[in-house]
Amino acid sequence: MLLGVVFILILRSVSLVIAGKDLTSLAILISGLVFYAGVLIIVSMFQSETVLTIALLLPSIIAVAIFVYGFIGWSIRVSLSQWKGLNPDYTWVGLKQYYDLFNNDPRFVIDVRNTVMFTVGFIAGCLILGLGLAILLDQKLKGEAIFRGIFLVPMSISFIATGVIWGWLMNPATGNRITGINLIFQSLGLNSLISLWHSTPMPWGMAFTIIPAVWQLSGYTMALYLGGIRAVSEDLREAARVDGASEFEIYRYIILPILQPVTLSAVIILAHMSLKIFDLIVALGNKAISLDVPGIYMWVTTFDGTNYARGAAIGILMLISVAVLVVPYLVQSMRSETQL
Amino acid sequence: MTRRTLVHILFYIILIALAIVYLLPIYLMVLTGVKSISQVDLKTMWSMPINGLHIENFIAGYKQLAPNITNSLVMVIPEAILSALLGSLNGYLLAKWKFRGSNLIFSLILFGMFIPYQSILIPLVKFMQSIKLYGDIPGLILVHIIYGIPITTLIFRNYYAGIGTEILEAGRIDGASLMGLYRYIMFPLSAPSFAVVIIWQFTQAWNEFLFAVILTNQSNWPVTVALNNLAGSQLVQWNVLMAATLLAAIPTLLVYIFLGRYFLRGLMAGALKG
Repeated sequence: MLLGVVFILILRSVSLVIAGKDLTSLAILISGLVFYAGVLIIVSMFQSETVLTIALLLPSIIAVAIFVYGFIGWSIRVSLSQWKGLNPDYTWVGLKQYYDLFNNDPRFVIDVRNTVMFTVGFIAGCLILGLGLAILLDQKLKGEAIFRGIFLVPMSISFIATGVIWGWLMNPATGNRITGINLIFQSLGLNSLISLWHSTPMPWGMAFTIIPAVWQLSGYTMALYLGGIRAVSEDLREAARVDGASEFEIYRYIILPILQPVTLSAVIILAHMSLKIFDLIVALGNKAISLDVPGIYMWVTTFDGTNYARGAAIGILMLISVAVLVVPYLVQSMRSETQL
Repeated sequence: MTRRTLVHILFYIILIALAIVYLLPIYLMVLTGVKSISQVDLKTMWSMPINGLHIENFIAGYKQLAPNITNSLVMVIPEAILSALLGSLNGYLLAKWKFRGSNLIFSLILFGMFIPYQSILIPLVKFMQSIKLYGDIPGLILVHIIYGIPITTLIFRNYYAGIGTEILEAGRIDGASLMGLYRYIMFPLSAPSFAVVIIWQFTQAWNEFLFAVILTNQSNWPVTVALNNLAGSQLVQWNVLMAATLLAAIPTLLVYIFLGRYFLRGLMAGALKG
């Protein structure tokens, strides 16, 4: 500890020399490390491995405790205040921010509707396509690995890149400037399919943002299902075949029921992604109100509008919606693991 | 038999059609990136480039994004390595040195993987400002490492849980300490997991947008933020924009193409039981 303070003092004086660059953070980090090394040395003298284990885990535990749980608590406190403007104002106003969001805020109503629409379409699209692809790839066709690889390619690029590419493919321009998918439709004579895509007036524009999202994540859903199907033993299928079941019946009556837990996992993971959806919509819609989602609203209202209390309330509502899904799932995962 | 062949042909047709649909956006991105703007604006977006490949789009795109690609690299490489080291240590301790409450601690850590980061954003910004790491790349590295703890710990813990305890017991008889067992037995066995975690963290941090846009100032923008800005500016031609998008996506695409096996394992780990 003392060493750390000395370090800070030394670095303070040095920092005046090095072009005025502020090294406070570096000093805190180094003093922290020195302090921590001291703790480890003392702990290792005790011969107790449990204490040493905890001491070694401590930096991660503290980091998560502060950056996850501490910050959530802090955000909750901000959401119960009237902090608006750059200077913190923690005056207690109770649940006013939440009340206002639901009662006097048309933009948040749009957000909720958009999120619901997006979530339903996104999950349905990913599950149907994912399961379909997994069953197709389960047919022991040649080149299966190549196809599997192709369907997963979108997973490796960023939501931002996806949004930029699809923003162009789904360009709403008409007439001479027609481009993207609309151009294909026009050249195929399918003029009735030409669409404004995500620029369609509210509320249906949001529905089109599902397309790039499904493009990106259906491959992932496929991989989850494929893992589940592969876990069904060949003996079981063979037994059903001997009993005269058709391939269709095998999928309908044996594999689909076995896949139920996979579906549940997939739904939870996809749903929590869609509740958090942010980058894709930013890149596609450039913060258009018609495509607004809570993630974007939180960002805009906090950092552009400096309405910190309102922003914190949106963030906490997002957290609650995700926690409702994920916490039971985590508890269940942990419980089934300890039984093993 | 012939019916079966017919069905197989049908499956192939469906699979090939779907594969084309999945690859089309990427194909078009590449195609547009190598065309001159006159060919993009006219109704020829689907046809092959006629007057040669226009590499100058990539040069123009690169000029726009070069500092940001450097920023991303400077951020992602130390981030991935440090994350993996930390995750490996955590995973080892939580898998092999269980104590009362260690499973609870693990679950509490794991929850951090799922939270929407909007719910911690305001305190995070204030905190980073107060420790003077706001706006700069080291701060972003720190944030990525900390919020990466859950997934890296999870991947390593599951990996180490699969290694039998016999080998550790043998090591103990030879007098190795807790850290000795890690250093001489577990660490040398963890190469595959290190590959999975480093690749995963690399991809995640490279593609990440929210922290990047909030926590860095313009001169330190990673490539995702710069690309989004470029796309929103209306001044950039489509062909240059697509070339720039390809440049921004290429590192993770290459990682996927050449190290896809490890990337997939990271992907599957996120589903817990999946």
